[in-house]
Amino acid sequence: MTDIIEVKNLVKKFGDITAVNDITFSVARGEIFAFLGPNGAGKSTTIKMLTTLLDPTAGSIALAGFDPKHDPHAVRKSFGIVFQDPSLDDELTAWENMEFHGVLYGIEKKVRRERIEKLMTFVELWDRKDSLVKSFSGGMKRRLEIARGLLHHPKVIFLDEPTIGLDPQTRNHLWNYLKDLNATEGTTVFFTTHYMEEAEKVAERIAVIDYGKIVAIGTADELKKKTDTSSLEDAFLALTGRKIRDEEAGAADAMRQRRQVWSGGNRR
Amino acid sequence: MRTIYILWLRQIKRYLRSKSRVFGSLAQPLLFLVALGYGLGPVFQKAGEGNYVQFLVPGVIGMAIIFSSVFSGIEIIWDKQFGFLKETLVAPVSRVEIMLGRTAGGATTSTMQGIIVFLIATLIGFRAPSALSVGLAVILMFLIALLFTALGTIIASQLDDMQGFQFVVNFLVMPLFFLSGALFPLSGLPSALAALTRIDPLSYGIDAFRTALGGAPVFGLGLDLSVLIVLTAALVAIGSWLFSKIQI
Repeated sequence: MTDIIEVKNLVKKFGDITAVNDITFSVARGEIFAFLGPNGAGKSTTIKMLTTLLDPTAGSIALAGFDPKHDPHAVRKSFGIVFQDPSLDDELTAWENMEFHGVLYGIEKKVRRERIEKLMTFVELWDRKDSLVKSFSGGMKRRLEIARGLLHHPKVIFLDEPTIGLDPQTRNHLWNYLKDLNATEGTTVFFTTHYMEEAEKVAERIAVIDYGKIVAIGTADELKKKTDTSSLEDAFLALTGRKIRDEEAGAADAMRQRRQVWSGGNRR
Repeated sequence: MRTIYILWLRQIKRYLRSKSRVFGSLAQPLLFLVALGYGLGPVFQKAGEGNYVQFLVPGVIGMAIIFSSVFSGIEIIWDKQFGFLKETLVAPVSRVEIMLGRTAGGATTSTMQGIIVFLIATLIGFRAPSALSVGLAVILMFLIALLFTALGTIIASQLDDMQGFQFVVNFLVMPLFFLSGALFPLSGLPSALAALTRIDPLSYGIDAFRTALGGAPVFGLGLDLSVLIVLTAALVAIGSWLFSKIQI
């Protein structure tokens, strides 16, 4: 069978800046794949191109056999995504957010209602289904987003730093569910993280990206062997150096901060 | 169709839940109605123009609608910043439908604002000639709201953050409002000002309102409707096109 994600010579330029510089990789069907890199290395940009949010400058992508540029609808039906930043509607209830998603993805009403209950029960939010999302903690929002991303039974689920800010219990719960889904449904899991032990524990294969280029790809053991180190963290540092990266604070970050100030910091 | 419906429904739900916004955005039109209506009323009367409140109400309804609809179009920036737009943009639905649903939702909530202003105006003494004229006025409100929500969407698709918002209000919404004949009659103006009022689309909206609600027409309902319909269709089309080009 063909690979579920195939990326060839992918390039993305923003003006003079090359965010993604000629990367080639593939992810097999049913694989759990980690995409690691320092801040600003090009991870999110790559995910945006894979998920039809950005057009590549050059190169080709095939997701579930479809090209995001020419067949965005088919691609969009094939994946689910949990973004790095929350993408829920705060003014709607948890259930309404799920319902909205289900309607957008054209899931038939009966199936939709069943799955919503099942998924929300699983992420332990069913008893809070009628609460407005703005009353949720960061962890609860994350869980809801994950439930939402899986509602239409995607072939691939993208998770951009899904466990940031979660306690070990929630993190554990989440990965157990994703691994289970991966084993039973064959859902491909593509995720980014800054927690090396998480990548080592969960991912079957790992790609390390830095300055827009893939510097290494393979299993955790292969990466350790290649860099002659004993932990994935050391391997990562050996591959990407120890220099601390500054990520440019975009307008979005500035706004988010401002909003937090406005709402009196009650957005936990 | 279901996409348009669910996006419309979302706007309505958000509107009904944000009580502070509903009341907050009523404060300005009410202030104009009371302060100007009663403050300038006697002068207006002396100048032989009749009852100023009766004249002003269609203008203030127009004001409530233009502010609330441009804002609801611009809300896309908010969604862009806080991520919800991404959720809709990665869904397997056409972006034109997303834009149409949002615009219809924004126009509906703005129409509700207009109706509330109308009801309050009735409480303080405004009289519409007939039920039919009220019905016509509501249809006109929706048309004008559609036009300016689409305009807000066009602006929002070109801006990355809310910092440009104040600029838009001061240099676009305010002039559109003040030059529309919402506050003063458009007859007998200096020619430069008269020319400006004629290129302001809101002038035709206010004129249509005023005609529907029993006032004297300036351009005539036929011309008003033609201008509004053509312009709304054009702006919705441009808005859809620009919206479909959004990359985040």
